[in-house]
This record gives sequence, C-alpha cells and structure tokens, in this order.
Amino acid sequence: MSSIILSTSNLNIGYKTKKAIVTIAENLNLNLSSGKLISLIGANGIGKSTLLRTITGIQQPLSGNVFLNEKNINTYNPLELAQNLSVVLTEKLPPSNLSVFELVALGRQPYTNWIGTLTPTDIEKVQEAMQLTQIEHLATKKHYEISDGQLQKVLIARALAQDTPLIILDEPTTHLDLLHKVSLFKLLKKLTHETQKCILFSTHDIDLAIQLSDEMIIMTPETVVQDQPCNLISNGSFATLFKDEHIIFDAEKGKFIVT
Amino acid sequence: MFFLDISLGSITIPFKEVYTSLTGGQASKSTWEYIIINYRLPKAITAFLVGVGLSISGLLMQTLFRNPLAGPDVLGLSSGAILAVAIVILGAGLLPSFLNAILLSPYGLVIASTLGSVSVLLLVLLVAQRLRNTMAILIVGLMFGSFTSAIVGVLTYFSSAEQLQKFTFWSLGSLGNLSWTSISVLAVCVGIGLLLSAGSIKPLNALLLGENYAKSMGLNYKKAQLIIIFATSILAGSITAFAGPIAFIGLAVPHIAKLTFQTSNHAVLYWSTLFYGGIIMLFCDIASQLPGLETTLPINAITSIIGAPVVVWLLMRKRNFQ
Repeated sequence: MSSIILSTSNLNIGYKTKKAIVTIAENLNLNLSSGKLISLIGANGIGKSTLLRTITGIQQPLSGNVFLNEKNINTYNPLELAQNLSVVLTEKLPPSNLSVFELVALGRQPYTNWIGTLTPTDIEKVQEAMQLTQIEHLATKKHYEISDGQLQKVLIARALAQDTPLIILDEPTTHLDLLHKVSLFKLLKKLTHETQKCILFSTHDIDLAIQLSDEMIIMTPETVVQDQPCNLISNGSFATLFKDEHIIFDAEKGKFIVT
Repeated sequence: MFFLDISLGSITIPFKEVYTSLTGGQASKSTWEYIIINYRLPKAITAFLVGVGLSISGLLMQTLFRNPLAGPDVLGLSSGAILAVAIVILGAGLLPSFLNAILLSPYGLVIASTLGSVSVLLLVLLVAQRLRNTMAILIVGLMFGSFTSAIVGVLTYFSSAEQLQKFTFWSLGSLGNLSWTSISVLAVCVGIGLLLSAGSIKPLNALLLGENYAKSMGLNYKKAQLIIIFATSILAGSITAFAGPIAFIGLAVPHIAKLTFQTSNHAVLYWSTLFYGGIIMLFCDIASQLPGLETTLPINAITSIIGAPVVVWLLMRKRNFQ
C-alpha cells in the first residue's frame, strides 16, 4: 500500500575536480516509500551529505538517475521541486526577528502569490503543522528565544507546512540530549505514520535509529545497503560500519559495544 | 514634514505664503515665490528621494548579506563614485585643459560619479556571477573601499587647496542645486529601484532562513540575488551621483524600522523603511537649514550627528539587535 516516492537507479555519486573524478559511492538503487521513516547512517566523511545533496537535486550525480514521483529530478523547476521535497538543515539560522509562526509560515512560500500573502488555506496548513509538532504555545515567540530542541521542532513544522510527500533531515538530533533525541525520533515516527509522508534523515544515533526506523540505509566504503533494521542486524551489516577492532556490534542487544 | 521642510530656511517665509506659492497662486513677494519653487521645493523632493532610496537599499543589503552592518556603502558603490569624482576634481591638473572645463562643470561631476558607481556595479555583478558566496562580494566591496581611500589619499597629496576644498564640499553631500531635469532622472532611477525591491519582498523573506533554505522553498537564488544587487546599485548609485555620498541613512533607517516594528517581515519593513527614510531625511534637511542660521550646514554631517545617537539609543533600549 505504500508507494515509492523517490528512487535512484544505478546512481553514482561523487564530484568532479579539474583533474579527476572522485567517486564516493557506486551503483545505488534506493527506494524511499510513503509512510516510512528511513534513517541514513555511516561514519563521518563517508558521503552521507553528498548522497543527500544528490537526491535533493542540489548536486549532479556522476551517472545514473534520481526519480521523484517517477520523474527525473533534473526536469523539475525550483518551484515544483519545492512542492515535492522539503528539507531540515543543520546550518544555523541567520539573525532575524522572525517569530515561530512566521518561520513556519515561510514553508508556504511555494504556494503563495508574488508578495507572499497567506490565504486561509495556508494559515490552516501552518496551524496543522504546528499542532502535529506540538509547538502551538510557542507561536508568538521569536525563533532565538526558544531552546535547541524546540527550534528543531519548529524547523520540522516548517517542512511540514511546505506540504511535500518527502521530507529530508540532515542530522536533526545533533545538538540534543537523550530525552530530546528520543522525543524527536518519536515525533518523526508519528508524523510518517499519521501523514503517510516519507521522512529520510541522517544520524549518528545508531542505537535509537535501529529501534525506531522502518528502514535504514547503511553507507560503508564498499557498499550502500537499504533494508529493515532487523534484517540488517541478522545479515551482519552493522559489523562493517566502523573499521575499528575496538567497536563491536552486539547482534543480540542491537547495539554497539566498546571493547 | 515635507511642507515644513519647504517652509523653513535661512529666509523666513510665512506658512500662508508658502502654501500660496505651492498651489500656484501669487505670493506677496516674487522673491519668495522664486525661492520656494526653484530652490526649496526641488530640495525637499531630492531629500525625500534620497532618504527613501538609501534606506531601502540598506534594507536589501542587510538581508541579502545576512549582516546587520551592511549598507549601500559596503558594496563599494559609494566608493566607486568617490573615486571617480576624486580623479576628476583632484586629478584635473593632470588632464588636458579643454577636458578640464567639461569635467569640472556640475554635470561633469554627476557623470563621473555615475560612471564610478556603474563600473563598481559591473564589477560586483561579475564577482556575483563567478562566486556564489555572498561574503566574497561583501569583501570585494570592502577592499574596493580601502583601495579608494588610498587613491584619494594619494591624490590629495598632489592637489591644490582649492581642489581639496571642492572635493571636500562634494563629499559632504548636498541636496540642493539640482535642476528639475536632474530631479526627474533621479526620480526615475529611484522609482525603478523601489519597484524592483517591492518585487523582491517574498525572496527577501525566504532569505531570512539563509540561502539553502530559500532555495529549498523554490527560490531561484541567482536571479533574486541579481535583482536585489541591481536594485541597490541603481538606488545608491544614482543618489550618490546627484547628492554626494550621504552617510548613515542606509545603515540606520532599516534598523529604526526593525526595532520599532519588531518584525522581519519585509512586507511590513519595506513600507516602514520607506516611510522612515523619507521623514528622517526631510528632518535632517530641516536641521541643516534651521531658521536664523545664515548658512546651510552640510547634510552629511547632519545625518551622522542625528543618526548615530538614535541607533545607539535604540540599541540600549532593545537588546536584541537583529
């Protein structure tokens, strides 16, 4: 019943310099389906960001294609793309006086007129997004007055307001403590199941990702695999994640152990 | 404010007479009518255009460069104009004499500073095309500013006292002495700049979240960036050409608007900045020609004397300077 929103076919990612072509990962055939919470894990510098940049159309693939709703992502104009794909980034917001409501409402930009007037439908969507992320009580606060955990929810609400079938988050849990990490993951899980959106996020919180994701994409220097967490555990994929004899994956407990 | 600006000046004219002159009636003294129509009215219109234009270009720069200290000066546009004018005034002795006469006429200065701003604009656009990083454009502007002051310094070293005085007067700015033709050219330039800025309200709001978010929300960043830079250049360039490098307005007015309205929504900021810009510039013009004073003070000094404390005061009152 879940349909494929984004797929890659024989995708090679990397970048071209003047002298050489640097390939980061080859032959990727990934499928992102609706109603699924999918996590992307891999060691630092393995190319998670390059993969995210390529499937969001910011960076060109070396070869192969990315299809969004069965249409090549390169054929989308910026506005169409914004109506199908929204992002939550790690970068800090520039200083401004934006209130939480205004920030979430900016997510409606792909739908508003030339001057950005919010129609009743837009306001309804914004309020819906704020309800889902439980940030209504923050509406009139300025975005610099709230905590990191709250801000992350606000940014997710903005992406929800953009009303796209696919949301991609780049390391949304980085600056949060365990409590807020767990509540954020649970929120993402709830959102995928309640709204039937597909949410893809990169993370270093592997233990939590194993417990809460529907599917995981594991990047190692050799391969990129996508499967359900339980299958990945049983076929030993996690063991290949870190090239270090001191880190061992305990398949029974489903977590990494330092020896 | 506009009416007040016309009414007050070194020669005292009763309000009633001012009104009669403006509405086309006969003032009781023909000199009064002459002063009003040919001197004070153009000056007030210029003040308004300059205030509005510089303030809006400051607002655009601050959002585009995500930097509260950005203003039209930062792009190097004023520097370009200053450099060109400095070369014309201070370097006049080095040029053949027949060129001298043309270049040192009032129109020569306008043409020179326009050329100066436009060439910096072209340079900035070139950099903007090649480098996607807005910080780089900002740095190019700053470097150009340093380069200009160095050249101006060298030129002053070799120039006569008379030339220096002329250059100093120009660099202090002046709202008067503009013919109706000049004013209409200025009005057209400011009008184009304001229209382009109004069209950029939505992209500017998107840019509040930074370049990458703005792109993810469907913004054609390169196009928006070009339009915003072009709008700033035409506003700041034309104003500097006609009124000299007027300091502070471009930096201070957007902050006054932001602090009083406590918002970042450009649909609100656009109109409030425009409104404040016009009012404050007219106020500065009144202050520069207070009744009872024989001479008119340089406008550039007034804008800084009034503007700087206002921003400091606002800062102290509201802590969040954004």
